[in-house]
Amino acid sequence: MAVEHLFGMPLPEIWFMLVFFLLAMFLALDGFDFGVGMLFLTRRKLEEKEEFMSAIGPLWDGNEVWIVVFGGALFAVFPSVYGSIFGSNYLLVFGILFALTLRSLAPEFFKDRDSRLWRKAWGAAFVTGSFFAPFILGMFLDNWLTGTPSIGISDIVFGSLIVMLSLVEGAGFLLVKTRDELREEVRGYCMYILAVFLLLYIPSMIYLQRVLALDMKLSLAVLMMLPLASTSLATYLVHSESYGRGFYIIESLAFEMVALFAYILYPVIDPLTGTTVTQAAVPPLELNIMTVSALGLIPLILVYFLVLYPIFSGKVEDENYEEVE
Amino acid sequence: MLDPVLLSRMQFALTTIVHIIFPVMSMGLAPFIVYFTWRSLRTDKKVYEQLRQFWLRLFSISFVVGSVTGVVLEFEFGTNFAAFSTMSGSLLGGPVALEGMMAFFLESTFLGILVFGKDKVSDRTYFLSSILVAVGSWLSAVWILMANSWMQTPRGYDIVMQNGHRIVKLIDPVAAYLNPRFPWMFVHMQNAAVLSIAVFIAGISAYHLLKDTEEKEFWRKSMKIGVIVLLVSAPFQVIQGDAYTRHVYRSQPEKFAAMEGVYHNSTDVGLYLFAAPSDPNQLTNLSARNLTGIEVPGMASFMASGYTNSSARIQGLDSFKGSPPVAIVFWGFRFMVALGMWFALLSLWSLYLIYKGDLFSSERLKKAFMYSTVLGFIGVEIGWMVTEVGRQPWTIQGILLTKNAVTPGLSGAHALLTLTGFAGGYLLLLGLFIYVVVKQIKNGVPEVDE
Repeated sequence: MAVEHLFGMPLPEIWFMLVFFLLAMFLALDGFDFGVGMLFLTRRKLEEKEEFMSAIGPLWDGNEVWIVVFGGALFAVFPSVYGSIFGSNYLLVFGILFALTLRSLAPEFFKDRDSRLWRKAWGAAFVTGSFFAPFILGMFLDNWLTGTPSIGISDIVFGSLIVMLSLVEGAGFLLVKTRDELREEVRGYCMYILAVFLLLYIPSMIYLQRVLALDMKLSLAVLMMLPLASTSLATYLVHSESYGRGFYIIESLAFEMVALFAYILYPVIDPLTGTTVTQAAVPPLELNIMTVSALGLIPLILVYFLVLYPIFSGKVEDENYEEVE
Repeated sequence: MLDPVLLSRMQFALTTIVHIIFPVMSMGLAPFIVYFTWRSLRTDKKVYEQLRQFWLRLFSISFVVGSVTGVVLEFEFGTNFAAFSTMSGSLLGGPVALEGMMAFFLESTFLGILVFGKDKVSDRTYFLSSILVAVGSWLSAVWILMANSWMQTPRGYDIVMQNGHRIVKLIDPVAAYLNPRFPWMFVHMQNAAVLSIAVFIAGISAYHLLKDTEEKEFWRKSMKIGVIVLLVSAPFQVIQGDAYTRHVYRSQPEKFAAMEGVYHNSTDVGLYLFAAPSDPNQLTNLSARNLTGIEVPGMASFMASGYTNSSARIQGLDSFKGSPPVAIVFWGFRFMVALGMWFALLSLWSLYLIYKGDLFSSERLKKAFMYSTVLGFIGVEIGWMVTEVGRQPWTIQGILLTKNAVTPGLSGAHALLTLTGFAGGYLLLLGLFIYVVVKQIKNGVPEVDE
């Protein structure tokens, strides 16, 4: 009775892609929240600080849910992998949780007291959380891909890559949300960050190829090149003040990087134990139930976001973003 | 020395105990928010707009803290209870993933509109957002309790080997997911949340009325709404709780035996109102036997049988493999029932005053409500302890022992480090939350333009 294929592809493979799609959505959406959180550090004036926080105010909560659903999907479809990678990267997972907590509480509490020290503390929490969440997530992804739960240079490289990705997304997002001098300033940051991202990306890929002894097939080479093309295109678009399109191209970077990650991993899903996607997937009945649910729900979730984002698409300073007191 | 099993259990207990406060707050407030939003959009009365703003602020802060503390629980399945995840993910992962996909997204996206979008969307969309947020928060409970109820009374599964692991394989989805325990749990929990918030609202209002602040009208309205909801939810909780306990007697007799402190299979079991070990040296032993105390003869049997037979047989703990720390379950159950009775009493008292013509005439009732403000939350905490501790030593009743559920090879030092971190961090978090809530309560009525 249970279906084993969908669109000519085995269900475990579909779920492998779906799980990474969920991760990519998290990196693309909460990524820009992290970027805004880190760029918050550059603001001195209180209005500008509040402007940055307000820019992500109504959005970050929904964005963060993608990682919850990523965890849930991994738990539901590849339970032994969930246990293995979360259990073996114990401290990193709690590091991510701690950073996410700091980042999430900061915008909620920042305005709650009219005291410099209070705002300073929450501002610091906002920046720290927004930096460490992507950084530790990068370390976690490195350990997953290399199957080594210990911490080494490649963790730093991966962590920095995800931080740079978030930063460039945050800058791209702010270009859409701000205007005039502030936007000019953000544009400067954006160009600079794109350059640093490129400088970091190229050696990391060479390093990755060495460490994992990757067989450089054409498909892999193309996947590795895609982010380079996107970064160049984004640089051009931001340079020519085409911010909307620039932001979309920047966002595509998250999907390209996750696709590369999944491509290198496959057909293994947990290099630590050598388990393959097929071995790790739950039995067909469970897979069918999950597939039917996801096919119904994921489009619905995208509709929620298509309702939410346009409502808050204007410039932050024009918006009456003032929360109810 | 550093036992990862014990440390993981302590950490999970701590993180759950802190977490559950916030879902109770948001699930309980949700229907009130929908009502206030509806009234404020439909009438010109400024009091509803004030009520909406006042409670929405608490709702949104509870939601944020609830979501950050909730993610921790989900991830702990992987970090601390990897063996449990590996074994049961195929069956329990579904509800957990669906909670995120179906409930959490709904709640968090539309909460953005509810909190930040009043002036940006039409009244109709705004009202719809409040409903969707409420539905989202309740759907969360559906999925989580679906998973939890299966762990209490597992059905519709088979144990098979897959890729070297013993796993739970789903055989009959209807039997597994529409578990007989699920409706009992869901109704009990949701009504508890609504009841807790009704008491909370009435308590805060009573505090302001006693303080004789201005804006009497606002606080009277607010207290009246709390009391009206309590009139229904408190008696209902007692009646439903009684029937729920009988369901536990039939479907999870080992937990029922612990709730009543019954060790041997026996008939004509009395109901202890109070009990202590007869041997004073056993006072600190959570599973001490030979209890003496004040007992209503035959009452436990009578209630378990559905008030038909005072000699109904109750299976004792000795006839089961392993038993929980009885004292926690036994006393927890009694405290919970006592709180339930107290809320029912408060509702009867209020009803009497309404019947006499003035709910606000008694200072004593206001004081009673004021001192009861957070008791609903305490009741929920204790109720969950009865449920979860009562299932021990099992994580999944009869299938997986808690000591076998923990991540193999988990380092005790790591577990201690995160436990200490949570102990400190959550203390701070609770302090902050209480600070912000108390501040808002003291600030009183929000100002709105007429």
